[in-house]
Amino acid sequence: MKPAPFTYRRARSLAEAADLLAACPDAKILAGGQSLVPMLNMRLARPETLVDIGSLAALDYVDVVDGHLEVGAAARQAAVAAHPLVRARLPVLAAAIGRIGHSQIRNRGTVCGSIAHHDPSAELPALALALDARILTYGVRGTAVHEAAAFFTGTFDTALAPDEIVTAVQFPLPEPGTGWAFEEVARRSGDFALVGGTALLRAAADGTVERVRIALFGVASTPVRLPAVEELVTGAALREDVLAAAERLTARTLDPTADSHASADYRREVAAHLVRTVLADAFARTPAGSPTDA
Amino acid sequence: MPEITLHVNGLEHRLDVPDRMLLTDALRQRLGLTGTHVGCEHGVCGACTILLDDQPVRACLTLAVQADGHRIRTVESVAPSEEELHPVQQAMRDCHGLQCGFCTPGIVMSLLALHEQEEPPGPEEIDETLSGHLCRCTGYRNITEAAHRALGCAGHAGPADAAGHEHEGAGR
Repeated sequence: MKPAPFTYRRARSLAEAADLLAACPDAKILAGGQSLVPMLNMRLARPETLVDIGSLAALDYVDVVDGHLEVGAAARQAAVAAHPLVRARLPVLAAAIGRIGHSQIRNRGTVCGSIAHHDPSAELPALALALDARILTYGVRGTAVHEAAAFFTGTFDTALAPDEIVTAVQFPLPEPGTGWAFEEVARRSGDFALVGGTALLRAAADGTVERVRIALFGVASTPVRLPAVEELVTGAALREDVLAAAERLTARTLDPTADSHASADYRREVAAHLVRTVLADAFARTPAGSPTDA
Repeated sequence: MPEITLHVNGLEHRLDVPDRMLLTDALRQRLGLTGTHVGCEHGVCGACTILLDDQPVRACLTLAVQADGHRIRTVESVAPSEEELHPVQQAMRDCHGLQCGFCTPGIVMSLLALHEQEEPPGPEEIDETLSGHLCRCTGYRNITEAAHRALGCAGHAGPADAAGHEHEGAGR
């Protein structure tokens, strides 16, 4: 199908984009368009105005600022995943991006767009939640900062006000030695994930877990952290019995939704298994978990 | 209607297009470049893949107005002449990498980008790239063989396999 009619405005500056967004009540921000244009084509979205910020060079950057890796709103996913700073300092972001759609999609899609769009089966909202990322915005009322934990409010819904534009996302850099893992289960390569998960983990030299963060996606209307499982694992060595307990607790904690792609029971089982997998994989990437590399 | 400038296959075109016109439709309907195929129109099938500033992208997920001022290459630009095929096209032909041909232009454009990149792709990158294209005829094996042959993928048995099949066929 083709999009319903709309007015397209290419913003020449962020200020102009903010003005346009405030002036047009039913306007949407367009950057990479890899989520929005399919919705336009299928007429699931019918905005009156599209404000294109995708060619604002000032928003096309990756930088490390005050212990955060900051990604600008015009930075394309493929470029971010290949960026030396990301590869060296936040490889889990590159891994998460690698699971988004196909390479041809990632050449256009943006990191910030994926977060602003908030598909509950998308990778980057879950990673933002796991890392306690901050979402920076700009609008006619000024700048604002949203914490990831309060940003994702429901399916395709966020705390973003109608006149706010996401300008950047700041991912706090994990301490050196933090292990990471990012996994998902989809029916075909490039499909939306049925369930996915990520873990970031620090371990003491004796192998006990000092700190861990786990987030899952595809199991609810927003990505979810698993505080009970994190607590269970913290202070323990990741032996088979602990991994099995983490898997059981995940299954008990979750109440996934069912849809035409997978039943709730299937999602619960996959999620529990994924929690075990990402914990083990993240541990294997810590100095304690990979002694031969140390 | 905004006037836009598209640099398509080395030629500059000035076009008046409706805001909502997809790049696929601008290429096909305004410029007559029907080699870019329209499949799913939501970015899944890959038939409309073109090169935008040398990167493979979905033309169906790009508005024509977004491409204003950018360089575009379509499958019509790939062969060096009427008589010659590009190595990617030649490999697709030699390895029988197509049957109905509907998906082929998109696949050729994605493989062309791999062919042009500095670092030759490994088998995983080829698989990842081809996973962005749906083919309902071939079962992908011959497409993969063509990709390996065209891209000179190190350490892959594909081209030798293909030669083996030809030999086998000739012996019958």
